[in-house]
Amino acid sequence: MRLHYDVSGGEFLRAGEASSSLKKVLKQLGVSSDVIRKIAIAMYEAEINMVIHANGGVVDVDIDSEAVRIKLEDTGPGIPDIALAMTEGYSTASDEVRDLGFGAGMGLPNMKKNADFLNVMSEVGKGTTVEIKVNL
Amino acid sequence: MGDFVHSVELDKEKCIGCTDCIKRCPTEAIRVRNGKAVISGEKCIDCGLCIKVCRQRAKKATTQNMSIIRRYPYKVALPAPSLYAQFKNLSNVNVILTALKRLGFDDVCEVASGAQMVTEATKKYISENTGARPLVSSACPAVVRLIVMRFPSLIENILPIIAPVEASAAAVREYVMSLGVPRDDIGIFFISPCAAKCSYAINPIGSERSDIDGVISMQDIFMSMRNGINGLTDVEKLAQSGVTGVDWAAAGGESSGLAIENAIAVDGVENVIQVLEEVENGQLQDVDYIEGLACTGGCIGGPLTVTNSFVARNRLRRVQREMRGMSPEERRPLPLSFKHVDFFMRKKIEPAPAPKLDEDMTAAIGKLEKINRIYAELPCIDCGSCGSPTCRAFAEDIVRGQANIEDCIFMLRNRVRYLAEEMLDLSAKLPQTFSQSAPFVAQPAVRQAKR
Repeated sequence: MRLHYDVSGGEFLRAGEASSSLKKVLKQLGVSSDVIRKIAIAMYEAEINMVIHANGGVVDVDIDSEAVRIKLEDTGPGIPDIALAMTEGYSTASDEVRDLGFGAGMGLPNMKKNADFLNVMSEVGKGTTVEIKVNL
Repeated sequence: MGDFVHSVELDKEKCIGCTDCIKRCPTEAIRVRNGKAVISGEKCIDCGLCIKVCRQRAKKATTQNMSIIRRYPYKVALPAPSLYAQFKNLSNVNVILTALKRLGFDDVCEVASGAQMVTEATKKYISENTGARPLVSSACPAVVRLIVMRFPSLIENILPIIAPVEASAAAVREYVMSLGVPRDDIGIFFISPCAAKCSYAINPIGSERSDIDGVISMQDIFMSMRNGINGLTDVEKLAQSGVTGVDWAAAGGESSGLAIENAIAVDGVENVIQVLEEVENGQLQDVDYIEGLACTGGCIGGPLTVTNSFVARNRLRRVQREMRGMSPEERRPLPLSFKHVDFFMRKKIEPAPAPKLDEDMTAAIGKLEKINRIYAELPCIDCGSCGSPTCRAFAEDIVRGQANIEDCIFMLRNRVRYLAEEMLDLSAKLPQTFSQSAPFVAQPAVRQAKR
């Protein structure tokens, strides 16, 4: 089954709505709580990144009996050095964003830790696509 | 937890099948079927909100009648600290406890004392264990039930320490037995603001058997206590707890007693759900402790209280002020000892998620897609007339075989209109049978002739 979410940028209060909604669906499907937690964390971090850095974007989720595949696409500034961005604690978030409690530099590392497959494709000035797969 | 006994029951005579409770239930556990509310045991967390919102007073907690205490030769009352906030112009704890004792109890022991000891045990646990964070308080049974049902991955975050009332009950039982009273002769009764505690006296959290023999609603004894307070003589020295124990009655009291700066106190089921969502998303790993309480304002907002929780909060502060000025001579001469109480839960808390759509994942996905398709057809105004709280829940009820699409008055109206149009359409195509100007009317005379 396919799900689609539009994530609007800059709305920190509403950030995380897509991941909450996906979590509800997975609970309804009876996915085990450990797997849901992994998906929730990975997707939440990716969604927040889209809000903080890329002024929002779109999320497409594909669920079958084997895995949950999440694709997050944005047309933001892109990530110049993905390897560096993967480093724990590395963050380019503004002070404003940090004051809100985001931007601790754990986003991508947390995604990597919780996903069974993570692919980050990015082009500076064009945008970023993040693919997350978690096996059921 | 199939045999889980719930705390809320319905008076079918009084229920008029309105939408008050179905719309307000935080876990969407109630439906109106055949004109009466039906509570789903698999979804109910015993918060008691439906008791509060029902205008017909058709929902009640499964508390025991006062007469239950007569079954036991030695009767002990364990009043929750929220009891102290129920009386106007009364802030002397000894007066309140004496009035309670005079209702027929042999002893009265404060749950607040147990709370103080639980605070100590919790402090020790937090300093010695660096495991899952944030820890979530186990004191509110409705919140614990919410976690086992909706957030099973957070069971490991639940503080494995028993609730204050259980600690007090264990201490009291041991004390009374030390006086030479046989175990089975002792009846221990919780004077409760809380509906959920009724279930937990039967299905305790983290242990096989509760030391509580019955739960008595604060509302049920309020009037007789108030009458007893007028003209009360020979006030006994029964107060044992300090202000920190009494603080547990209101939201934020438990965590302030723990003196943890990095703690969240959240009250009201909806708010607790929001915070637990954040914990599940890994957003609150920097927080040490979460005190979650299902009732607004904490236990003083419980469904079995008499006084509005905001008024009660002020009264509680007044009681605490007076407590601070109490001399040692006014306190219980032989304080209850908690030396032998085991504060740790002995039984693992098991998850109890709501039933899946289907055991088979592919079939479950198919059903969810069907729910989405039905939902897209519905008016999405969540009116509740179908008996389900929202159009979304209604779509799921249809797929689960528990409702029919015609239960929706809008869908029914569409269907009736469609059928009427079809009939009209059809009537235009009918060949003429009798004279068009005189419609056929059966004549009684003809029928008589046939007979």
